[in-house]
Amino acid sequence: MESPLPDKPLRIALLGNPNCGKTALFNLLTGSRQKVANYAGVTVERKEGVFRTMAGRQVSALDLPGAYSLNALSNDEAVTRDVITGHSQEALPDLLVCVADATNLRLHLRLVLEARRLGLPLVVALNKMDRARELGIHIDTSRLARELNLFVTETVSVHAHGADTLRELLDENLPGTGPSTWRASGIKQVIATQHDVLRIYQAVVSEPAIDKDPSDRIDRFLMHPVWGFAVLALVLFLTFMAVFSGGSLLSGIIEQGFGALSGLVEAHMDEGLLRGLVVEGIIGGVGGVIVFLPQILILFLFILALEASGYLPRAAFLLDRPMSAAGLSGRSFIPLLSSFACAIPGIMATRTISHWRDRLTTILIAPLMACSARIPVYTLLVAALFPDDAVSAALVMVGLYVLGIVAAMTVAWVIKRTDKDHARSPLMMELPAYQWPDLRSLLIGLWERAMIFLRRVGTIILALTIVMWALYTIPSPRTVDGAPVERSLAGELGHALHYVFAPIGFNEQISFALVPGMAAREVVVSALGTAYAMEGDEGDVDQQLRERITVEWSLATKLSLLLWMVFAPQCLSTFAVVKRETGSWKQMWIMGGYLFGLAYLASFITYQLTTLLTSP
Amino acid sequence: MCTFAAKMQEEGRLTMGLDELPEDRWATVNDVTVPADPTDRGLVLRLLELGFVPGERVRVLREGKPGREPLAIRVGHTTFALRRHEAAFIRVIPAA
Repeated sequence: MESPLPDKPLRIALLGNPNCGKTALFNLLTGSRQKVANYAGVTVERKEGVFRTMAGRQVSALDLPGAYSLNALSNDEAVTRDVITGHSQEALPDLLVCVADATNLRLHLRLVLEARRLGLPLVVALNKMDRARELGIHIDTSRLARELNLFVTETVSVHAHGADTLRELLDENLPGTGPSTWRASGIKQVIATQHDVLRIYQAVVSEPAIDKDPSDRIDRFLMHPVWGFAVLALVLFLTFMAVFSGGSLLSGIIEQGFGALSGLVEAHMDEGLLRGLVVEGIIGGVGGVIVFLPQILILFLFILALEASGYLPRAAFLLDRPMSAAGLSGRSFIPLLSSFACAIPGIMATRTISHWRDRLTTILIAPLMACSARIPVYTLLVAALFPDDAVSAALVMVGLYVLGIVAAMTVAWVIKRTDKDHARSPLMMELPAYQWPDLRSLLIGLWERAMIFLRRVGTIILALTIVMWALYTIPSPRTVDGAPVERSLAGELGHALHYVFAPIGFNEQISFALVPGMAAREVVVSALGTAYAMEGDEGDVDQQLRERITVEWSLATKLSLLLWMVFAPQCLSTFAVVKRETGSWKQMWIMGGYLFGLAYLASFITYQLTTLLTSP
Repeated sequence: MCTFAAKMQEEGRLTMGLDELPEDRWATVNDVTVPADPTDRGLVLRLLELGFVPGERVRVLREGKPGREPLAIRVGHTTFALRRHEAAFIRVIPAA
């Protein structure tokens, strides 16, 4: 029998404070060889990857959630504590790598001392050593190793070879002191540990008398009550400008690609049902959604870069006061900003909010942020409202975004008012030193978000497109000139739903388009296109649809549908992610219910009022 | 400049809550209030772990407007954004 032992991979876990560069180090070690999932039973992200030591031994590394302490205050910290104290379903790691920021040892050394008590084999990685040298901070590494009685290595997670010393060290025999039971420390013990930290710190670190870190000076400007907000407004303006201009440029290229693909299929397939399915159903439908990928990625590029640079926590600081008026804290800012790309990663980003009521409120209002899937319907309707007036169109566009934000803040305020728990919500948020974002981590972050989006396109949206196409086609294959559509299943469905939506001014075509639109709002435009039974490639359908809508729909109907798109809960994936993140069907239905009610009410009032005012 | 220290002396106070410390003035942490409420206790424990320990120098770098909420507080090499009720657990002696 072969012995599996010598080839067994070494299982290590990376432990460290938030902002210590731990994930950048993990990304450097494992590259793209990582798996992202959740820990069993909790919505905390579990990242695992593989790499080899210098001598070639296989290592499987777990990137634990950042934790200031094992006295957990958040779900993230609880998972980290449970994994390394052996209280989880995860196997206890063979070795802990405690990552400490060399520019901020005063804060990060404490976790090292706390982890040392666990008795597991432990290696300290002094990260950001390059930055520490720039700041004139000198660390006597060998003295630190002696004081701690641990192996200490220097790493630079932003250099290609910055982790080589760690990979060499992992080939050594690294014994621990033997496992011991972990017990939460009380106030006295915490103070005693801090005394140890200070003693070791003073013995091994020498730093310039004058702080060379420019963060304070930058902070005084970026968190200024006037200039700070001016900079924030400018940053957000530039971000959204890039999303719209850069996004539409890249989207145009993707559109052309799908157009060419349709042409290719049409040239090589015989005319018939199957070709119709492939060209109109799959390529048309899926292509019409993939064109938003550039917009989503550009927004996330900005968000990830701003977050990694340390700016977003400052923005959260500035917005904490205004947001607390609505019962939220500055911590909700980053999840809500992400929701402008897509509510799903936005809702997942609420995991950083440790206070449950704040987190739940943020989850419930995230779908009100105008996600990128609303852009095509907004564009179509606004263009139909102001065919010759680009300025008014742009202003109404901005107005729709603002309306979503105002509605979200109002809902948050109502939730706060109705909640019996009046406990003050905590903030306690680190404002980390400014730094240049790590390119590798940016790319990996973008890749993850692109995959979330593409997975939706490949599942829900693909299925919807096919079903939609089938509803139109199978009962009575449509002919080029109009009428037969009425006799299809889709026509019947639209006719029946029309009674529900008539009070808010929706005709049969809109009513039908809203059926798949309830599952994914991206498909509303292509569904409308299909409902008006127009042939041709993407660009042509848009053009024709715009012309027909401009002429055939009343002002009241156009406005009513716009308002509907602002509020309506039209995304199955959002429902699924709310259920998963809150662990509760009830919260999911509350979200769906209030959004539906709000949408119907807003559209009803808009339609009836506009009809009243515009009728002769 | 020293009216602030003078005012405290007048009132016979040696320490004040970190939430009362004016912007840009250094102070030294004297002690922390240990509350009875378990949630607040967890919070105070965390503040200690983050470095707000007796003897440490602190400074309010920026305060939010209006109502001095929240506060950006520098301790050691780190800046934290704290709500005023969180900062109030930390008792400080302002530098003269």
